Parts: sequence; structure tokens; C-alpha cells
Amino acid sequence: MALAQAKLDATETRLAVLTLPAEGGWLAAPRQDALARVRAMGLPTRRDEYWKYTRPDSLTAVEATPAALFDTQGEPPVFSGIDRLKIVFVDGVFAPDLSDDLSMEGVEIERLAEAGSADIHWARDLYGVLEARGQSPVERPLAALNSAFATDGALIRVTGKPSKPVSLIYFHRSETSDAILHHVVKLEEGAELTLLENGPAASRFNKVLEVDVADGARFHHVRAQGRDHKRRAATHIFARLGAESLFKSFTLTANGVMTRNECVIELLGDDSVAHVAGACMGDGDFHHDDTVFITHDALNCESRQVFKKVLRNGATGVFQGKILVKEGAQKTDGYQISQSLLLDDDSQFLAKPELEIYADDVACSHGSTSGAIDDEALFYLRSRGVPAHEATDLLVLAFLAEAVDEIEADALKDEIVSRLEGWLERRRD
Amino acid sequence: MLEIKNLQVKLEEEDKQILKGVDLVIEPGTVHAIMGPNGSGKSTTSYVLSGKDGYEVIGGSATLDGVDLLEMEPEERAAAGLFLAFQYPVEIPGVGNMTFLRTAVNAQRKARGQEEMSAAEFLKVVREKAKTLKIDAEMLKRPVNVGFSGGEKKRNEILQMAMLEPKMCILDETDSGLDVDAMKLVAEGVNALRDGKRSFLVITHYQRLLDHIQPDVVHIMANGRIVKSGGPELALEVEQNGYADILAEVQ
Repeated sequence: MALAQAKLDATETRLAVLTLPAEGGWLAAPRQDALARVRAMGLPTRRDEYWKYTRPDSLTAVEATPAALFDTQGEPPVFSGIDRLKIVFVDGVFAPDLSDDLSMEGVEIERLAEAGSADIHWARDLYGVLEARGQSPVERPLAALNSAFATDGALIRVTGKPSKPVSLIYFHRSETSDAILHHVVKLEEGAELTLLENGPAASRFNKVLEVDVADGARFHHVRAQGRDHKRRAATHIFARLGAESLFKSFTLTANGVMTRNECVIELLGDDSVAHVAGACMGDGDFHHDDTVFITHDALNCESRQVFKKVLRNGATGVFQGKILVKEGAQKTDGYQISQSLLLDDDSQFLAKPELEIYADDVACSHGSTSGAIDDEALFYLRSRGVPAHEATDLLVLAFLAEAVDEIEADALKDEIVSRLEGWLERRRD
Repeated sequence: MLEIKNLQVKLEEEDKQILKGVDLVIEPGTVHAIMGPNGSGKSTTSYVLSGKDGYEVIGGSATLDGVDLLEMEPEERAAAGLFLAFQYPVEIPGVGNMTFLRTAVNAQRKARGQEEMSAAEFLKVVREKAKTLKIDAEMLKRPVNVGFSGGEKKRNEILQMAMLEPKMCILDETDSGLDVDAMKLVAEGVNALRDGKRSFLVITHYQRLLDHIQPDVVHIMANGRIVKSGGPELALEVEQNGYADILAEVQ
């Protein structure tokens, strides 16, 4: 089907201001392929089904809307207390001075910008490949745009069990920055990695993370998105799971005027497990969209989607979550929950849960709710002497608990909970 | 001392008066029981005293040791020493029972200008008290009342009461939904808290509970008023003859 002329024009206008990085090596071909995908799909508009609840304009515009920098008032960034290997990007540019030495036992780490000029590279089988697989049946043009134009990123090949997490840290220093980063993680058989991400990255941030989890490998991902109120982000995770492997991803979002987090997971090996969770807290013109697509294409796999949003002062939350169980994917255990806690009448939550099942021996459940603070529970707590504001905070944290509990490591969970408590503290009336 | 004078209460959102002049004085160290038919205003009395939303006080007063309860927020009433054991304890998924107890104990201590209890000290005290109520460690870890049986919920109420050490305890149909053994256990928990100074108001439909928690005074409530008061023998009379005779007598 020919694209509407307006969409075509808008796409070409956007592409006209971008330059394909010319590393000259293996990366040239996947970049060209991705560019062709963008041209074929066109950048998203509000008319696209998957952009019904979130306006893509600011994410596809030629120029990034400037975003004021956030004053953390001396508070150290999240995960500061965690021993980890730090890889720092400032406004999308790798910062060697702020980063650790990239060598660690059990893992090979390279910068995309440096690795791209080689003739052959392990990442060639993955870069833009998982993204391309994730373009069907739903198109994700911003991810293809990313594969074509990403200026940097981390290529992480995990061969063992590194002693500490790898931490991608993003700083936002320029009010007009517009960053495109692309990371690839390959976990070899039986390997294990915890990947941390935090920070606002740029005024506008387009990020893709491709993760290949081989048989028996385990991947844990904990992310805290930047608190800069005016920042915008479109992020994609594309993951492919082998037999008896595990993938767990958790995202905390507190603030940000526009966030679209997409997660596309394929369970291709029997007995694999994929959990994706998110907790978000938004105020005012906050708009947060979680779009998840999990495909079961093997026997006896488990998937969980747990998304919780606390919204107030007119904030908007969106959830579009799908479980697709392919023919023959028997004994699938799929679970999906999306819930919002609306702290006032001005906020809204838009949810579109979808199940599509072609196997007959599966257990899939989904639920979606919107509600206010439970008055009965609030009174119960207050009747025991807990002041109203403290009781409300306790109930907000309790509401988010199911999502936060998806983080396995206690130290990381504590970091996230302390951020949630900080958010509540700052917003206390 | 709890003093209720001519307390009149209507529903906030309906033109319906529930309490039509309740008078009640509970001296320190005494146990009072309120019995009465359904809809007589027993539970409403407990809710209004503890500060639940949805009721409007249109007349009268309620004080605890001279302090006006009705002007205070629920948490202030709790800090002043009032405790309500709920008829239907609320389930709070996501909040651990232990966290809940410690938050409550420390909030009250803070409100009274006392130092917060250390985690170690708290743990020691709570374990001790839980043991006497046959509440195991597992129950303390679980979210508040989630997945608890009827008996476990009521025991959990008594545990909170034991931890918070209130001056005035109101038990709203604590016996409802309990088998004989569970009721005994709960009654023992309550009796262990009788120290000659603490007062109790026991709301119940049945005399049975009063075999285990012996009251000093029994009141009969009907149609929003206390219509008759007497000794423990009044509860036996109700048990044998129902409310009809008493209600006929007072009308």
C-alpha cells in the first residue's frame, strides 16, 4: 500500500536533516537496510493504530523541543551505591573520562562508534536484526530510524558471569540535545548479566536495546528514566529468548513530559521466562506510554507484564500490551496486568490489553484497572495512628509493589524504592 | 474516661439519623458491652468515635479524658489512646503486616513526643506478643490481612491493640465469624490487656463472647439510643428471651 503523501513528505523532511554515520565496515549494510525500512513504513502519525493514545509529533519532528535541565539538588543519581561497571554518555556522546575501563571478566564491551568500521563483528547477526524481526506484525518506525542513524551505543557480549552489573548512565547537559543510541547485548549459552540504565540522556532521546539471550542464559535489566520534567524519550527493547533462558526488565519512570517505552519479546526456546514490568509516577503534563508485545513460539514458556502507574494533576498513562501465542506454543503461561492509581479526577489512564492465542493448552490472564486510593484502607491505617499523608504514601508504594517486586536483587530494589519514596516526599502537599 | 453525651449522628449523604442521643460513660479499668438488634446504631457509634468519613455529628459530644474526640482526625484520636478493632479488618495488599505495625507504633510515639522504637526492640516486642496470640512469623510477613482467615484477621486486630497499648479499646463484633476456639483465643488476648486502667467497649450480638470477656456493665441499644443498662445478667436475659421483651418494656 502506498503511503499517504503527507506521511511520506514528513518522513523525508525528517530524514533530510540526518546523516548516516559512515564507519565503512560491517555496520554500513544494516544501516542501509534500516533506512529502507523507515522509508517503507514512514514515521508514525496520530492516525496509526499504535499511536492512537500518544502523539508522536514531538518524537518525529525535525528538531527536538528544548528541555530545561533538572536540578537534582545534590542528590546522587540512582544506583550510586551499587558496585558496577559504568559506561557514561553525555547528551548521547560517550564520555571516557566519566566511564570505567570497559574490561571485565566474562564480558566484552565495545563502543558502537568504534566497532562499526571492522569488516566482521559478532554484532552483525543482531544489530538491526532483532529490531527488523520486531517490525511485524506491528511497525515500529522510530526503532528503524534508530538502527539507521544511531551515533553510538554499547556492544556487550557476555560469555560468563561478570562479577558486577554493567551500568549505562546518561547525562543531560544541553537543553537542545537530540540523541540516538543503540545497544546490543548478546548473552552466550549459560551467561548472566545485570544491565542498569539511568538518567535523562538528552532533551530528546531515541534508544534501542537489542538483547539476544541464548539457551540457559539469564538477563536482568533495571532502568530508571531521567527525571528532567521536559525531556522526551522513545525507547525500544527487542529481545529474543532461547531455551530455559530468563529475561527480566523493570523500568521506573518518575517525570518526563513524553515517554514511549516499547518492549518486544520473542520466546523462541522451550521453558523460557520473560518478565517485563514498569512503575511510573507522573504529575501534570506527564505522558507515559508502555507498549509491549510478547510472542510465545515455544513450549512451556512463561511471560509476565506488570505495569503500574500513579497519576495526578492531569497526567496521562497509556498501556498497550499484547500476548501472542503461536500455534504449537502449548503450556504457555501468560500473565498481564496494567493498573493505574489516579490521585485526582484530572488524570487519565488508557489501556489496550490484547490476547491472541492459536494454541489450545495455555493459561493466559489479563487485567486492567483504574482506581483511586482505597478509602477503607486509608481509614484503617489512620485509625491506627498513621497520619493521612503517610498512609497515602504507604498505599501508593503498596500499589506499585507488584511491579517493583519484579526486581530480583534486593540492593537494586531498595534503590528503586528509595527513589519512589523521594518522589512522594517532594510532592507532599 | 470516655464520656459520650447526647450524641446525635446522621448519614452525611442521606437524610437519615442513626444515633438519636447516645449517653455513655466508661470509667478507667472497666469493661462495657453494647448489645442490640441489627441497625440499632452499635457499629455507627464505633465509627463515629474513631472518625470514619460518611457521618455527620448533629449534636452532643464525645470526649476521652476530657479531650474532644469529634474535633480530631482519626490518627489524632488513635494517638490520644482510642483503638477500634474492626468488624471487618481491611486487607491491604502490598503493605507487609510488620511494616504496618511498626509504622503505626512509631507514628503514635512521634505524635506523643516519644522516641521511635528501634527495629530490634520492635521485633522483640512484636514476636513476644504475637506468640501469645498464636500468630506465627509467616503471618507477620504477609501483607496486612491478605489471605488471612476470619480468625487470623481478628487475632491480628488484637495484636495491633497489644502493640499500640491504647487507653480505650472498642471491639466491634470481634466475635463475628469466629469458631469457639478462635473466640477463646481472642478473648484471652483481650483479657491479657486488662490492667485495671485500660477500658473496653465490646460490641456484640451474642452473650457468648461475654462469657469469655466479662463485662462490668451491659447496655442495650435500640433505634439509636441506649435504652437499658445493667449488670452482666442483662446479657443473659437477652440470650434467653431476645430483645422483644426489653424493647417492649422500655417503650
